[in-house]
Amino acid sequence: MKEDKNLSDSPQQDENNARRGFLKKLGLVVGAGAAVTAGAVYLGYDHEKKKNPDGKKVRVLTADGQLMEVSEAELIQAENQTADEESELQRRGREGLPGKHWVMVIDLSKCRNARMCMAACQGAHHLRPEQHHINVLRMQDAEHTEPYFMPKPCFHCDNPPCTKVCPVDATFKRQDGIVLIDNQRCIGCRFCIAACPYSARVFNWIEPLKSEEDKDLPYDVELNVPQRKGTISKCLFSADCLRKGELPYCVRACPNGVYYFGDLNEDTVTNGTTRETVRFSELIRKNGGYTVLEELGTKPQVYYLPPKNRLFPYQYEGKTTIDPDDSRVGGGRG
Amino acid sequence: MSVNKLSTEESYKTLNKIETDLLRPMTHHKGLELWILFLVLFFIIGGYAYFIQLRDGLGVTAMRDYTSWGMYIGNFVFFVAASLIGMFISSVLGLLKIKWITPITRIAEMIALAFAMWAGIVIVIDMGRPDRLLNVFLHGRFQSPILWDVTVVSTYVAISFLLLFLPLIPDAAVIRRRLPGLPKWQMKIYDLLYLGWEARPGQYLIIKKSMRILAILIIPVALAIHTVTSWLFASTLRAGWDTAIFGPYFVSGAFVAGVAAVIIAMYFFRYNYKLGDYITDFHFNRMGQVLVLVSAIYIYFNLNEYFVPAYKMRIAEKVHLVEMFTGHWSTLFWFTQIICLVIPAFLLIFKKMRRPSIMLWLSVLVLLGAWLKRFLIVVPVQQHPYLPIQNVPDSFHHYIPTGIEITLTILPIVGVLLIITIIAKLFPVISVWEVAHEKGVDESIIK
Repeated sequence: MKEDKNLSDSPQQDENNARRGFLKKLGLVVGAGAAVTAGAVYLGYDHEKKKNPDGKKVRVLTADGQLMEVSEAELIQAENQTADEESELQRRGREGLPGKHWVMVIDLSKCRNARMCMAACQGAHHLRPEQHHINVLRMQDAEHTEPYFMPKPCFHCDNPPCTKVCPVDATFKRQDGIVLIDNQRCIGCRFCIAACPYSARVFNWIEPLKSEEDKDLPYDVELNVPQRKGTISKCLFSADCLRKGELPYCVRACPNGVYYFGDLNEDTVTNGTTRETVRFSELIRKNGGYTVLEELGTKPQVYYLPPKNRLFPYQYEGKTTIDPDDSRVGGGRG
Repeated sequence: MSVNKLSTEESYKTLNKIETDLLRPMTHHKGLELWILFLVLFFIIGGYAYFIQLRDGLGVTAMRDYTSWGMYIGNFVFFVAASLIGMFISSVLGLLKIKWITPITRIAEMIALAFAMWAGIVIVIDMGRPDRLLNVFLHGRFQSPILWDVTVVSTYVAISFLLLFLPLIPDAAVIRRRLPGLPKWQMKIYDLLYLGWEARPGQYLIIKKSMRILAILIIPVALAIHTVTSWLFASTLRAGWDTAIFGPYFVSGAFVAGVAAVIIAMYFFRYNYKLGDYITDFHFNRMGQVLVLVSAIYIYFNLNEYFVPAYKMRIAEKVHLVEMFTGHWSTLFWFTQIICLVIPAFLLIFKKMRRPSIMLWLSVLVLLGAWLKRFLIVVPVQQHPYLPIQNVPDSFHHYIPTGIEITLTILPIVGVLLIITIIAKLFPVISVWEVAHEKGVDESIIK
């Protein structure tokens, strides 16, 4: 039995010896590694010191918007700047802002057709006067109901009919909910115009307004500038502004507090005029918010607050009534 | 297949007559140069119009942000519709073993191939950025009906091409033997095409088998091209396009257009190519009956398409339907529906009306109506979106095609005529060997 015990002890001892041996070796390796690293760091430091005796650093903004420090001597002029810039704008433009779900609330009780939103939008996107990313419509729902003004941007549907039909992925929905256009990809088939039930899309039928001035600008997919002949354009929720932490052009331009804009994930929206930030869910709940033609199943991300307790009575071209032909579905005069 | 076989001597005599009759138009063609010159001249004008459109943009047309699909797309639907006839005559009727179609199958196939080839070009004319056509292949996404259309239309062109050229193999051999004096370049085509044809039984077997396989294959593809084309509209949420019957509605309408086109071509070839012994009154009579049948089916679909929503008059549909029935489009609508569809179909019920000269004019009306109908399907719906059209110039409310647009709509039609002219010049418009078979000519001498 005893012998048996001794016999049984010996493997344990062996194991202990093995562990000790391993630790020893590990220490050796780590020690050697540390020495090499220290050496390398010193050499690197020495090298940098020799190259740049003042050690002067400059701050640069990387293409994805991060602030970095680089020693001045390391700076080289980038080759083919426009192409690089464009591909970077494309990359981040298609990716979108992580963790966001942009949403707009339009308070119809406050709109008096000032059209500052339309002007700001057309200016930012270099549009012709008849091209509307946002259009203030004169609406009347039924024969005996009160007319009202309804600003109509793209609704950035969560189930967008337009992106579905695009044959080349030139219009797409990003992770933050924005439906964008890539006018470097668009083939001009106009299927998306046919598919959009809200008439949110416009086309560059002729040479765009500022095509001459813009021709050297790198194409920003988040601004859709430069506009291009033979391609689509539409409201982009001012994706370029959102990236900079600003509210969209139309939202900021409104003098009457019509627009709220924000992030559904945070459940907050900010009024573009008063800069007041409120709970999105509460704003919608308390004011009977709704979306337009939601029965189509498109899941619009632009909400409306009904035109009740109006600040301004309806008036257009001196009239307080509306021509039914002008406001009815289709609004067609033939 | 043939009922009574002819003796060898009779076979040679009959074949000789068939060959002489059917090949004569290839060497006798008064006025053909003038006709081709006219077509080419129009091509130059059309080419210039397209240059202007490329330079200045699609703004040279009357299309604007609301009516953003116009005549070009209507034209495209018409082209796809007319191209379906190849499948209808040689496959549907052919597989049903209907004998009288033999002398008109090639005419139907020529029309089908010409229209299908040009349908693709019509779409390119409508593109805002034709220079990016390759994007469809580089970045194509299969959830877009456009990709489905590109796929099936190109497949259809390929099969139609084979269905036209396979039966030309024995005929090419006949041409080589009968017309050795033709220009060298032309003879090279036949050398290439006849593929060593020796009229051996095994060769007949291969050619008949392949034609049968293609005839079966082309049916689903043909149904697909027009169904998918209808889905370009039906897949949207617009009132007037958003209907479930668009697929069969378009397909049934396509047969009406195609049969009318074949009747017109039959008339032309019968008199100009002096083929009265082959394309007979009997053939016109039969085609007249076919036109009545397909028109009746189409009228039935029209009833469903317009009456059912008109009974309910849901607001968005109502605005559209009222414009069609009594509003802006009513004259064109009733002209198309009554004068160009119901009346011709009704008249052709009577045997007296199924004579070539009357049928020609009725078919011209039907074909015109078929084009106008596509226009009426495409354009008016877009002028009544769900939300009002406001704050845009007056031209955005209307759609009155411009001269350039009309020119570029006619251009592909001229293109179709040019293709048909060329094929009809290079080959007999009636299949020599198939007609000879039917008359009981010994198969082994047709080479």
